[in-house]
Amino acid sequence: MLHDRDRIFRNLYGFHDARLKGAISRGAWDGTKFFIDKGHDYIIDEVKKSGLRGRGGAGFPTGLKWSFMPKADQRPSYLVINADESEPGSCKDREIMRHDPHLLIEGALLAAFAMRAHTSYIYVRGEYIREREALQRAVDEAYAAKLIGKNNVHGWDFDLYVHHGAGAYICGEETAMLESIEGKKGQPRLKPPFPANVGLYGAPTTINNVESIAVTGDILRRGASWFAALGLPNNTGTKLFQISGHVERPCTVEEEMGIPLKELIDKHCGGIRGGWDNLLAVIPGGSSVRCITAAESMSVTMDFDALGKLGSGLGTAAVIVMDKSTDIIGAIRRLAYFYKHESCGQCTPCREGTGWMWRVLERMERGQAEKREIDLLFDVTKQIEGHTICALGDAAAWPVQGLIKNFRPVIEERIDQYQAKHARVAAE
Amino acid sequence: MAVRRVHPDQPAEFAFSAENFAWAQETIAKYPHGKQASAVIPLLWRAQEQSGGWLPEPAIRAVCDLLGMAHIRGMEVATFYTMFQLSPVGTKAHVQVCGTTPCMLRGSRDLISVCQHRINEHQHTPNEDGTLSWEEVECIGVCANAPVVQIGKDTYEDLTAEQFEEMLNGFAAGKPPKPGSQTGRTASCPSGGPTSLTDQSLYDGSTVDAWRKRFEETSDASDTVPAASPAPAAAAPPVHPAALTAMANAGLVKELEARGGGKAMSAGELDKIKADMLRDRAIAAARGDTEPELFREPRGGNGDDLSLIWGVADKMVEKLNAIGVWHFDQIAKWTPGNVAWFESQLDGFKGRVTREKWIEQAQKLASGWRPESKAGERPKD
Repeated sequence: MLHDRDRIFRNLYGFHDARLKGAISRGAWDGTKFFIDKGHDYIIDEVKKSGLRGRGGAGFPTGLKWSFMPKADQRPSYLVINADESEPGSCKDREIMRHDPHLLIEGALLAAFAMRAHTSYIYVRGEYIREREALQRAVDEAYAAKLIGKNNVHGWDFDLYVHHGAGAYICGEETAMLESIEGKKGQPRLKPPFPANVGLYGAPTTINNVESIAVTGDILRRGASWFAALGLPNNTGTKLFQISGHVERPCTVEEEMGIPLKELIDKHCGGIRGGWDNLLAVIPGGSSVRCITAAESMSVTMDFDALGKLGSGLGTAAVIVMDKSTDIIGAIRRLAYFYKHESCGQCTPCREGTGWMWRVLERMERGQAEKREIDLLFDVTKQIEGHTICALGDAAAWPVQGLIKNFRPVIEERIDQYQAKHARVAAE
Repeated sequence: MAVRRVHPDQPAEFAFSAENFAWAQETIAKYPHGKQASAVIPLLWRAQEQSGGWLPEPAIRAVCDLLGMAHIRGMEVATFYTMFQLSPVGTKAHVQVCGTTPCMLRGSRDLISVCQHRINEHQHTPNEDGTLSWEEVECIGVCANAPVVQIGKDTYEDLTAEQFEEMLNGFAAGKPPKPGSQTGRTASCPSGGPTSLTDQSLYDGSTVDAWRKRFEETSDASDTVPAASPAPAAAAPPVHPAALTAMANAGLVKELEARGGGKAMSAGELDKIKADMLRDRAIAAARGDTEPELFREPRGGNGDDLSLIWGVADKMVEKLNAIGVWHFDQIAKWTPGNVAWFESQLDGFKGRVTREKWIEQAQKLASGWRPESKAGERPKD
């Protein structure tokens, strides 16, 4: 069980002062200069040793990502922080930006220093207007206190700008985000070249999630070994979990990686609405991962590897709980609509395929379909998956695959009911 | 993808207000020179706010003109990003109901029915008196407080259909409710009180500085602190003048001043800084940094003009002289260990010697070659 003193986000719910003074009293900006004086490689090494894996969904080792940045390059380097939190189910970065923004700003300085960048942009999703205001307030405070900016007290010139989007899920994809910052439609770029070589304005760029950056300061202060000792091997540290849907008390909470899902929900959310017997399915990592069944939910631990083994994923650790009152076909159909709406339109399999999947699921929700169409639908998801520039195609395909894999009998039953009803009508 | 077209009825023209224009200039300055197109989303957003919540086509053109972009590029952006409203919205409130699965599971369909009978059957179409309009939006990232609607800048969370209808009446009457959770819980804390973060010692300031112990322990074990350095005095409140003298002797005064920003520091703070300095030096020694050949004064009374090295200006010349570097041939002989030692003497110069090729330049200068410019000649890659 995670002790309060091992939690990093101490003002998660905003009960305390989010401004600079409050943040300092909780330990932010403490010893930042000390770690900067230890040098670029020290910071990268510590983050590598901590085992921190990116908190944006893919779980790529953060320290390794930083070490890809060229060490001597004529071009300026950029750190771009991804605060385009749009994955259905996710609402963690919002709490960091409005309640603990100084952890993020301090982390941005440390990360930028580690990768020899002097400029950073935070891309906040357009809908988070109050969060953006809170973050900007904190950035202004940090500038005024000379914690960042030119000739700051840390001896590393660093400019931090808050940028925002205007309602496009796809801009959470790192290269779409770069396009968006450059003032274009958010359409992902072909890779390679990767952003570490050709990123923002054609310069070396690293893109990190808000949570990955915001934990950096505490990892350095308390040591890589502290962070690595929490959680499970290869899945270290703490993580913000967001639990929504049919639990008694939905919430966001910081817990250890690898906490059993059942413990997470019982301890912080007061259990499943109507008890565990009433559980139907769980989407454990935001809308883009395949759902898992009630039986699997009873024993799974919340980490990249355990969920990966079930064919699902930790994603952003956004747990969407569905009890037996849920129409699972309807729930996934709504996600299919989401992906249809958010496809950027660049690659044909995704642009056409997301709409196709949604229309078929609309019919399946009513039962107005043929059973052979279930296999056809599965086949189409396989033609989208892996055949697009970015991962949105995969993300759109996986929830549908999860539905077919785990709830095929439900779809078939719905089709039978529809046919029985209409056969009767036809007979009368 | 969503099909989005501009509204048939458009105002004749658009111009930023003086205040917004000034703001726009500041925003453009956030981006590198020549990359002003980056400001297109923030500027379009401001234009939408100024135009009463929707983005007329002349505004898109005005923003493009300001940023030196082709009009079609601005049109692409305005039609791609769904927060840009391309047709007029309710004057008192434009209600954005989140309809994606997490909100749907907690009852957003009911909220949408309320919109349909209270505002208008159709999205993006204001009600009869034009005060309210609504749309179903994709996940707005407030999932732990579902179901949720966004009106203007604020979100209204944990709603029921009845509360929501009452809220709409409030907006129509010009009395909007308080934003945030409508059940009275704080942010995304579990209702009924937090299940974590209850340890009050996190908030009394006692956690600050606790991490330093780790470094003190390791440094005691592995670092060899020079014998001449004064032992840190154990928390004696005012600094004894002798301690300051000792620090001055240890060469720490400049650093002390620099780090303290000229302010008077307590004995504890001084001790801490002193310990840091000694540790940094010990680390440098452990890394194999070696002191290069240094002279107390220039050979024959006159040093070389070190500012002829490209990248070295007057300030740096002073620093080099202070350390004991006066001649090109001194720098020309530096080994990587010497460079590391030199850089450890200065704050914030890591990598400059190598990056600016001081050693190669110094070798050339020592051989008698002179650059055309007084600032030196930039070395070629």
